[in-house]
Amino acid sequence: MTNSIADVGKAELLFVIGSNTTECHPIIGRLIRQGVKFKGTKLIIADPRTTELAKMASIHLRHKPGTDVALINAMMHVIIEENLLNKKFIQERTEGFEQLAETVKKYTPEMAEKITGVPSTDIIKAARMFAGVDKAAVLYGMGITQHTTGTDNVKTLANLLMLTGNIGREGTGLSPLRGQNNVQGACDMGALPNVLTGYQAVTDQEKRKAAETAWGVSALPAKPGLTMGEMMSTKPGSGVKAMYIMGENPIITDPDMRHTRQSLTNLEFLVVQDIFPTETAVIADVILPAMAYAEKDGTFTNTERRVQRVRKAVEPPGEAKADWEIITLLAEKMGHPFGRKNPEQIMEEIASLTPIYGGIHYDRLNGYGLQWPCTDRNHPGTPFLHQGKFNRGLGKFHAVEYKPPAESVSSGFPLILTTGRILEHYHAGSMTRRSEVLDKLCPNGTIDIHPEDALKLGIVDGDIVAIASERGKIEAPVRITDETAPGLAFMAFHWSELPVNVVTSTASDPSAKIPEFKVSAVKAVLAVLDRASQDNAFFARLAENPVEALKEYDLTPEEKAAIASGDIRKIESWVGKLDERLKKWLIARLQQEKW
Amino acid sequence: MTTTASTTAEEKKVATITLTIDGKKVEAPKGVTVLEAALGADIYIPTLCYDPDLKPYGACRLCVVEIDGMRGIVSSCTTPAADKMVVHTETPKVNQARRIAIELIMANHIGDCLTCAKNQQCELQKVARYLGIEQEHFDRLRKGTRVLPIDKSHPAFDRDHNKCILCGRCVRACQEIAGVGAIDLAYRGYAAKVSTFGDKPIHDSICESCGECIARCPTGALVPKRTRQATRHVKTICPYCGVGCSIYLGMRGNEIVEVQGDRESPVNKGGLCVKGRFGFDFVNHPSRLTKPLIRKEGKGKDIQVNGNFKDIFREATWDEALDLVAKRLNQIKEKYGPDSIGVLSSAKCTNEENYLLQKFTRAVIGTNNIDHCARL
Repeated sequence: MTNSIADVGKAELLFVIGSNTTECHPIIGRLIRQGVKFKGTKLIIADPRTTELAKMASIHLRHKPGTDVALINAMMHVIIEENLLNKKFIQERTEGFEQLAETVKKYTPEMAEKITGVPSTDIIKAARMFAGVDKAAVLYGMGITQHTTGTDNVKTLANLLMLTGNIGREGTGLSPLRGQNNVQGACDMGALPNVLTGYQAVTDQEKRKAAETAWGVSALPAKPGLTMGEMMSTKPGSGVKAMYIMGENPIITDPDMRHTRQSLTNLEFLVVQDIFPTETAVIADVILPAMAYAEKDGTFTNTERRVQRVRKAVEPPGEAKADWEIITLLAEKMGHPFGRKNPEQIMEEIASLTPIYGGIHYDRLNGYGLQWPCTDRNHPGTPFLHQGKFNRGLGKFHAVEYKPPAESVSSGFPLILTTGRILEHYHAGSMTRRSEVLDKLCPNGTIDIHPEDALKLGIVDGDIVAIASERGKIEAPVRITDETAPGLAFMAFHWSELPVNVVTSTASDPSAKIPEFKVSAVKAVLAVLDRASQDNAFFARLAENPVEALKEYDLTPEEKAAIASGDIRKIESWVGKLDERLKKWLIARLQQEKW
Repeated sequence: MTTTASTTAEEKKVATITLTIDGKKVEAPKGVTVLEAALGADIYIPTLCYDPDLKPYGACRLCVVEIDGMRGIVSSCTTPAADKMVVHTETPKVNQARRIAIELIMANHIGDCLTCAKNQQCELQKVARYLGIEQEHFDRLRKGTRVLPIDKSHPAFDRDHNKCILCGRCVRACQEIAGVGAIDLAYRGYAAKVSTFGDKPIHDSICESCGECIARCPTGALVPKRTRQATRHVKTICPYCGVGCSIYLGMRGNEIVEVQGDRESPVNKGGLCVKGRFGFDFVNHPSRLTKPLIRKEGKGKDIQVNGNFKDIFREATWDEALDLVAKRLNQIKEKYGPDSIGVLSSAKCTNEENYLLQKFTRAVIGTNNIDHCARL
């Protein structure tokens, strides 16, 4: 986040896009609710689903998944066209405005309506509202980034904020809501293929040199490494031969499960270090038992860049060791002793190598941590970034064109599936599914389908449906709800018995390499129908298009009459016994037909 | 800079008021209530409906005081403190009013204190003791023994209306803090109770199970199921989403038995969600990995494992397991080069661990093939 969590309560307007905040970041969701309910904070929601916040929003822009750039460009079109922009900010602090203005010129609200499905009047209203306040903040989640255009989406949001001067001040800013307790910290620490700690590029010789000296090695690799998706590649000549996986469960969390499973089983050697026997651990060669958060000391960095202390409360079970200790021991075994440092001493090493963490020392973290950049022992930390000046000097407008998502609906796969989280569960579920209360509150996953689609598919609440994409197929109970949109289905990925990532696609953003979890073209069919259709081509055709089926197959008039009148007993005498639910479905289907 | 500093100091001066409470000069910031001014000066005033995180409510009538120049008695929780105010917290008039108020509350409260989950942590007990209430005081007020069914529908907590004193803290917490409004006061007079919409069981309501109500209930009306009192608390950070709420883990022996939000934290100000408050027991789950495991010879990776870990893996010592990992990684590095090895770090692990693993990947293995699930 450029700003702090507390700033959510200070903004006059919040623009939440691609974030189901009340479920995925409940404590921030609460601040938004309190603002809207008690302080008159204006709220614009852009989300294909009618989330809880959407229900209380001033405006809900229900755009089609993956059309964010078109939507935001059109808002900027209106802001420029109606001269609602912050000229002073643009002039003093930015560059590239002309290019942006040129690009968004063609994104009229009417044109954007065609792409996004959002009425042009709503786009105009949202643009005026956004530009009409002094302090507006944008909050976004994975709904923005999990797209093949994720980077473009973020750039476009940055454009919107710069255009209106909403950055570098309290109560404004661009706030990505990070999904995991220490995902910010893992990035800060250089657990990324292209950067060392504190986002120092591996290609920068000077930065490498500093690390080489500190670590006592002669030459660190200069070439950026592979991202997770690239490591998992099954293409000949790509991917890796061995993997070491600490505290992750890619089988459940990565797109296209068949592909993930194949690439992991293909490895010559796989080590998994975890606290539970996860679906990924099962295919490992060696499993190393690790400690949970409550069993060790350390720090987490939250979404507002606040480095906070984690403290040991419990003794670990059996022989489980802290992850830092395991890595230290393994480095020793491989002939490169790190020195037996405890977490506090490791943080001293981090501070010495990482300018933005330069002032982070355990003795300073006893209260409520420090927000980086915190460059030296006396630095108080930074509640919001880009005050007075951007890191690169002037803020650059990146003019971005709309590009459609990798997948779109077709006659074979007429629904768009988007994935996400729900309130009671978390990620692969290895923690929450083992928590009695949380699992009891929400023991089963569902696929959310809009009533209009349910009517077309002849399915009712609670039916089991088969969801298939080009990658694979799963079965899940259906929840019919208008929280989703016509043509859009939603599923969370917390259930290993309902692994939605069987159907998701590995298509990813070209620079950030984030898979497009939010847009997969799928087909949903009543599960019993799907199974029956597989065994019987005639039945499949009959279910799909009864009139045509009658023409295509050589049937007697008597048989035709039996089908047209929905005589299930006769039909069963030809195709075999039908499931009760399927009988009902077929009767309804045949009754719908105009014979 | 200097001007700003002096203005602030001056503002501070103006923003402080002085009042006299029970003969003691008390300084308080402007804008606080009489109750807060007293509490801030370590002067106890009994309360049941007051909660520092909620708006003043004035329901329980226990915090009444006398203030010079004001007629009768006033509830200190709803009266703004003013400069030069003279407040008396214990006068015969005040004590009489408090006694009547608490007797009426206790007359409708089922008193199975010894077996109540809130025993010794109950605010009603504390206030009753402070005011010296005896059984005979309120026996005459008892209106028969109406017993309401306990709502046990929720997997995390029970709602026992018989112990509810209608202070409204749960209702206000749900409204003001959670912003949900799943419960409200319903019915009138003797029949009044805290109810969901349509008086449905709480599990079937719009309740989001954040537990802010439980954290604030002064009595045993809202208690976690299987309550076990913690014997010590450890301050740490919640392991779920990226918000980073500060929490206290309530410990009993080697087990986490409760989680409390940290009120001082600028991040969550004491608030927690359902995962943070109730999702702590995975740490003590029996399926935790406890020993290094090595895949048995000839066990293919295509077999489905249904809890049968023992058939596929054998236990090993740390030395043996780490030796094997070191040997195989070295072999593969030698055979195919360092870039043939990939490492996934974890957004669940600490900064120190992520740092060490990338250092291991770069300095020991010699590749930049390190990533984690930031994208998922």
